[in-house]
Amino acid sequence: MRYLVLLEATQPDGPPPAGLMEGIMQLGAEATKAGALLDTAGLAPSAAGAMVGVTGGRLTVTDGPFAEAKEMISYALYQVRSKEEAVEWTSRFIRLHHELWPGWEGEARVLRVFGPEDFGPDGAPA
Amino acid sequence: MRAAHVASVPVNASGTDAARRAVEAVWRIESPKLVAGLARLVQDVGLAEELAQDALVIALEQWPTQGVPANPASWLTATAKHRAVDLVRRRGRYADKLAELGRELTGYESSETDEVVAALDGHIEDDLLRLIFTACHPVLTTEARVAMTLRLLGGLSTVEIARALLVPEPTAGQRISRAKRTLASNSVAVELPPPAEMADRLASVLEVIYLIFNEGYTATAGDDWMRPALAEEALRLGRVLAGVLPDQPEVHGLCALMELQASRMRARTGPGGEPVLLLEQDRRQWDRLLIRRGLAALESAQRLGGAYLPYTLQAAIAACHARAGSAEETDWAEMAAIYAVLARVSPSPVVELNRAVAVGMALGPEAGLRLVEPLRTERTLDGYPQLPAVRGDLLAKLGRHDEARAEFARAAALTRNEAERAVFLRRAGG
Repeated sequence: MRYLVLLEATQPDGPPPAGLMEGIMQLGAEATKAGALLDTAGLAPSAAGAMVGVTGGRLTVTDGPFAEAKEMISYALYQVRSKEEAVEWTSRFIRLHHELWPGWEGEARVLRVFGPEDFGPDGAPA
Repeated sequence: MRAAHVASVPVNASGTDAARRAVEAVWRIESPKLVAGLARLVQDVGLAEELAQDALVIALEQWPTQGVPANPASWLTATAKHRAVDLVRRRGRYADKLAELGRELTGYESSETDEVVAALDGHIEDDLLRLIFTACHPVLTTEARVAMTLRLLGGLSTVEIARALLVPEPTAGQRISRAKRTLASNSVAVELPPPAEMADRLASVLEVIYLIFNEGYTATAGDDWMRPALAEEALRLGRVLAGVLPDQPEVHGLCALMELQASRMRARTGPGGEPVLLLEQDRRQWDRLLIRRGLAALESAQRLGGAYLPYTLQAAIAACHARAGSAEETDWAEMAAIYAVLARVSPSPVVELNRAVAVGMALGPEAGLRLVEPLRTERTLDGYPQLPAVRGDLLAKLGRHDEARAEFARAAALTRNEAERAVFLRRAGG
């Protein structure tokens, strides 16, 4: 089963410590070699993006930045055998931030991606 | 929803469900590395696995009552290391016993804890590789290699292995314990194969992984969830192997083949659970991520000089389908050309039959049929339903409908898959 992990955080001012970046790269390599990490990347600040929605019956496009307390920082896509495994990889990732970047606060959502196992033979949700 | 994830480890009666699942998750992630490191230390995969299991049992006893440690992976590793240190110490103390075991612990004879622990650190990738080659060692039967790979590299319990391979639990248990005994009695060292044997030994590892994949891939919708999970496990093992052997083209070739085949998993069955032929599948259901990964792996295999190796060639054929936006856009000429190479590199009647299909699409049914005719006397294809089915399809395209119907009736009588039989019978009557 696949899990999408979305990281949201309030980053202290300044660039992340070099040790943290190194730790993230190492953990990513480990998870890739364990066959668990399928894809991951960091996300640019919302100022570089946009939001598309429907409000008041109209399609709207709003350019970033968005006035939110937390920024979306990164995503990761895991292929694992249980939710707990996805939670374990994510805990290792969050622990790195906690240990190596004083003042950092954030949270990662661990979201299950629907797969073939979620649909019955008739194609309807099982 | 399907049945919830079932425990793969003994459940402590007093333990909470959450703690048990947390132990299980960490175990799944850590056990191959743990067993691999311990195996190098004690030079016995059976013993290494038991030491790792000891750590798991301790975790299952302690975590539910004392809470999950802040860093569960380090905890498991440290605990297993202590067991190994104890063992090495006992062996040091009872030198006679050591001699009786007949194993050399060169370099690890010291009872100094630090040295032993240091020996367990690092070398993770080499350790994993040694473990893979040992699990797939030629002294073991193919069945035993599959079971040992699932156990040592996948961290699967005997119960899970039994369910996945459709064998009774005692059979799976016996397969594993017999395999451990065989490795021990043949004094199989936990080491990399000598260079001269490397190619053959690697082929055996790849064969085992692809067997595991196919066990899962051919499972049907009604099967136990453990069976489809095997395909995912094989994909994972392939990715692990590509990580430790990044320069071996055929490893990437096998990964490419499995990723591309798995990308079609969702589209392979219709609303009634019946199989949907590749050309009739809804390509919007194909998994884009797996296709992207498969094509990238194929490129690696070719870049490393493996373009003409069997798995790479099969992956290249699968890639022809993956690249085509619709069945009509398939590059059949390219595919027929790749089949021609595959038929030379690893000739088999089944490859020849598939080549006939591609040629039939590229050059017309007449040309396809010419390749099928000699296969009709091929004894290894006796009872193979795809032979009459392919021939029937080509005959139908040539307007020879009576002969086509007879072939589909024959195919229907031969297949053991109910859903497939229905498809053949429909064409036999039409």
